[in-house]
Amino acid sequence: MWIFPTALRRQGFLGMNRRNVAYISRYNTRSRYPLVDDKLKTKLQAEKFHLATPQLQGVVRYQYEISHFQHSAANLDGFAVKPSKGAGGKGILVITGRDGEHYIKSSGKRIDIHGVKRHLSNILAGLHSLAGSPDVAIIEDLIRPVEMFEKLSFAGVPDIRVIVFRGYPVMAMLRLSTRASDGKANLHKGAVGVGLDIGSGQCLHAVQYSRRVTRHPDTDLSLDTIAVPDWKELLVLAARSYEITKLGYIGADLVVDAERGPMLLELNARPGLSIQVANGIGLLPRLREIERIDPDFVPSPEERVEFAMRTFG
Amino acid sequence: MNSRFGFYLIIFILVLAGISLSWLRHTKLNVPLQPGQQKAVWLIEARVDFEALGKAVRVSLNLPDNPPGYRQVSGQAASTGYGFAEIEGPEGRRAEWTKRSAQGSQTLYYKAQMVADPQAEHEKEQRPQTAPEPKEIFWDSLQATAAHQLVEQAYAKSSTPTSLARELAKQLTASEPDQNASLLLSQYSLPTLIMRLLNHAGIPARISMGLELRDARRYQSLQPILEVYESEHWIPVDPRTGAHGLPQNMLLWQRAGKSLLDVTGGESSEVSFSMLRQTMPALDLARLQQDTDGISRFSLYSLPIEEQSVFKLLLLLPLGAMIVTFMRIIVGIRTSGTFMPVLIALSFLQTQLFQGLSAFLLIVALGLVLRGYLSKLNLLMVARISTLIVLVIFLTSIISVIGHELGFSLGLTITFFPMIIIAWTIERMSILWEEEGSREVLIQGLGSLSVAIVSYLCMRMDIVRHLTFNFPELHLVLLAAILTMGQYTGYKLSELKRFGVMRGRS
Repeated sequence: MWIFPTALRRQGFLGMNRRNVAYISRYNTRSRYPLVDDKLKTKLQAEKFHLATPQLQGVVRYQYEISHFQHSAANLDGFAVKPSKGAGGKGILVITGRDGEHYIKSSGKRIDIHGVKRHLSNILAGLHSLAGSPDVAIIEDLIRPVEMFEKLSFAGVPDIRVIVFRGYPVMAMLRLSTRASDGKANLHKGAVGVGLDIGSGQCLHAVQYSRRVTRHPDTDLSLDTIAVPDWKELLVLAARSYEITKLGYIGADLVVDAERGPMLLELNARPGLSIQVANGIGLLPRLREIERIDPDFVPSPEERVEFAMRTFG
Repeated sequence: MNSRFGFYLIIFILVLAGISLSWLRHTKLNVPLQPGQQKAVWLIEARVDFEALGKAVRVSLNLPDNPPGYRQVSGQAASTGYGFAEIEGPEGRRAEWTKRSAQGSQTLYYKAQMVADPQAEHEKEQRPQTAPEPKEIFWDSLQATAAHQLVEQAYAKSSTPTSLARELAKQLTASEPDQNASLLLSQYSLPTLIMRLLNHAGIPARISMGLELRDARRYQSLQPILEVYESEHWIPVDPRTGAHGLPQNMLLWQRAGKSLLDVTGGESSEVSFSMLRQTMPALDLARLQQDTDGISRFSLYSLPIEEQSVFKLLLLLPLGAMIVTFMRIIVGIRTSGTFMPVLIALSFLQTQLFQGLSAFLLIVALGLVLRGYLSKLNLLMVARISTLIVLVIFLTSIISVIGHELGFSLGLTITFFPMIIIAWTIERMSILWEEEGSREVLIQGLGSLSVAIVSYLCMRMDIVRHLTFNFPELHLVLLAAILTMGQYTGYKLSELKRFGVMRGRS
């Protein structure tokens, strides 16, 4: 299954080379990368700007702190452990509950306290971090998905990836984990990507392994009827990540919590390109549309979202 | 837009500089463009014999000075007890032997290596500053009348100095020469006669001495060659046929009527020549001429041999870098580590492809097994990699020893692998294995190896090794190619497959 480059260009597909040269290196200032590459920094920055993020329960920075972890986690039912510099969802451990001495992982499997401690130690050693550099572990509140999403996803909470260009949300997709993806939200591992209409948050198109699907392979629920709640609020949250990072081309990962509504999970300065496959359309025409806007014109996040909903909806 | 223009200007300049410098080196220094080229070289030995009179001796021999069609590669004198120097004087190049006192028969040798080079004629010819005057010729009265008539007949049938020479040659070599011709031919040799007749007609002409180059000849002497001055050039004319241009294999040894051999302090001197045709690698030939020319300074041959061999390898790296750039930007092959494939390819160069590949796979596989155990120990990362390096060195030594015992020459080959790189490869691969599964390890591993093999195959080619080392300026062209690829914003080949599902949509 090959495609001619002319056909791809006609559909406005953004390629890796063009993304790197024309967008990432042109619009993203290198010095601001640590802000997004380090989830702890992103979180603190987001809190500073009053952006909703999952509640931080604690940070494990040193090896000796791991032994105290048992006590501090005693009063937590569910929590997520993340490497601060992890990429692509690597090294995330989600504990949904307890069963006596054991913890229950999101997949339903049990893990004892030693398993959790080893995981923390690996994170500190930098096993999951981008360049293998030493890292810290973040412990944060579990997200309680809204009912609709809970039914859709095989395990884990679905997240919403929005490409934000110069502060304007240009394309969005919902990522649903599947049995094949082992509860992960990475499309290349078999998660379902649902392209969302920027104007309404409704499903446009859905793919798994680049093939079009209409039903979730595990839960068999129809994907066509999906409409993300609090859509505009969600887009505004994504758009505001431009203010906190000043990075021109980013991917914002968001979740919708049952109680707290839309929250910012993490940011990515090098967002992947498969969002185009999930949407069935290329990014380039939208990016060009935004590039036409005069850089001196600085609208508020709400105005940017309204513009995007109007233009790309 | 402006910066774009500047960028392409730089690219253009790089390509132009690279190619023109190489071209200069090729044409001026005769560095061959292909490896293993053979060139014919004439080894000519001039032998001077004379009887010394017991006094101070000075022998001066005319040497060929930029002869048309030939280039001198080397020259040396062999004569015991004599002082020797090559002198560049107003008279041209001369070999001079000197000795305070000598007695009896003496023999001096001068050896020159000449290589045929058709371009030398155009480039190195020394043009006379002012047009030479025809020599004044004296005849006795009978000869003068005959000469006058001969010249008049030929003059009417000719238009230029060379055509006049041709007409004269025709008349003088006719099967039944007329009375005037016979008369003059009885007193002068044919070339001399034509030279005299031409000068008589007011046209500068001279006799030069040439050596006919024929393989393995000895005791040859120089032959007179007629030269006619026409339109600022001295043009050789064959007195027998009137054809102009030098006969093939004719080396002009002495021009412009200078004396061939001067001997003071000796008598009955004579000079004879022997010659031999050799073939020699064109590269060695170019190297022999090194110190003569300015551009040769760029050459790496001026370095000590040891450093040369290092540079031979080092100068292959840019090519590997370009291949990696191409494979990653244009093709989109995923490799583990950006330039690891080039380093693997370099180590394959030291070994053989098969041995290198099997050794590499063996060590990485064993390393992955050991790394699997290490991951259970919960070590800190730096300690883990350090452990891995030590283990990899153990592994290579063990494999080398076993290989040696079994009679494979594997041992020597593996030691060239950079240990740290292997250790890192194992580390990255095992993390990849844990996180992304064996499939991704296979993809990246095969990607790295295939890029390494492609680079190896390119770097192994004789022509590539030859060009990178002898024409280092070609790296500017490589650089331009890499810079251009850095500007490529089109789709990768792999993306055409990745986005292949979009086929058939508008």
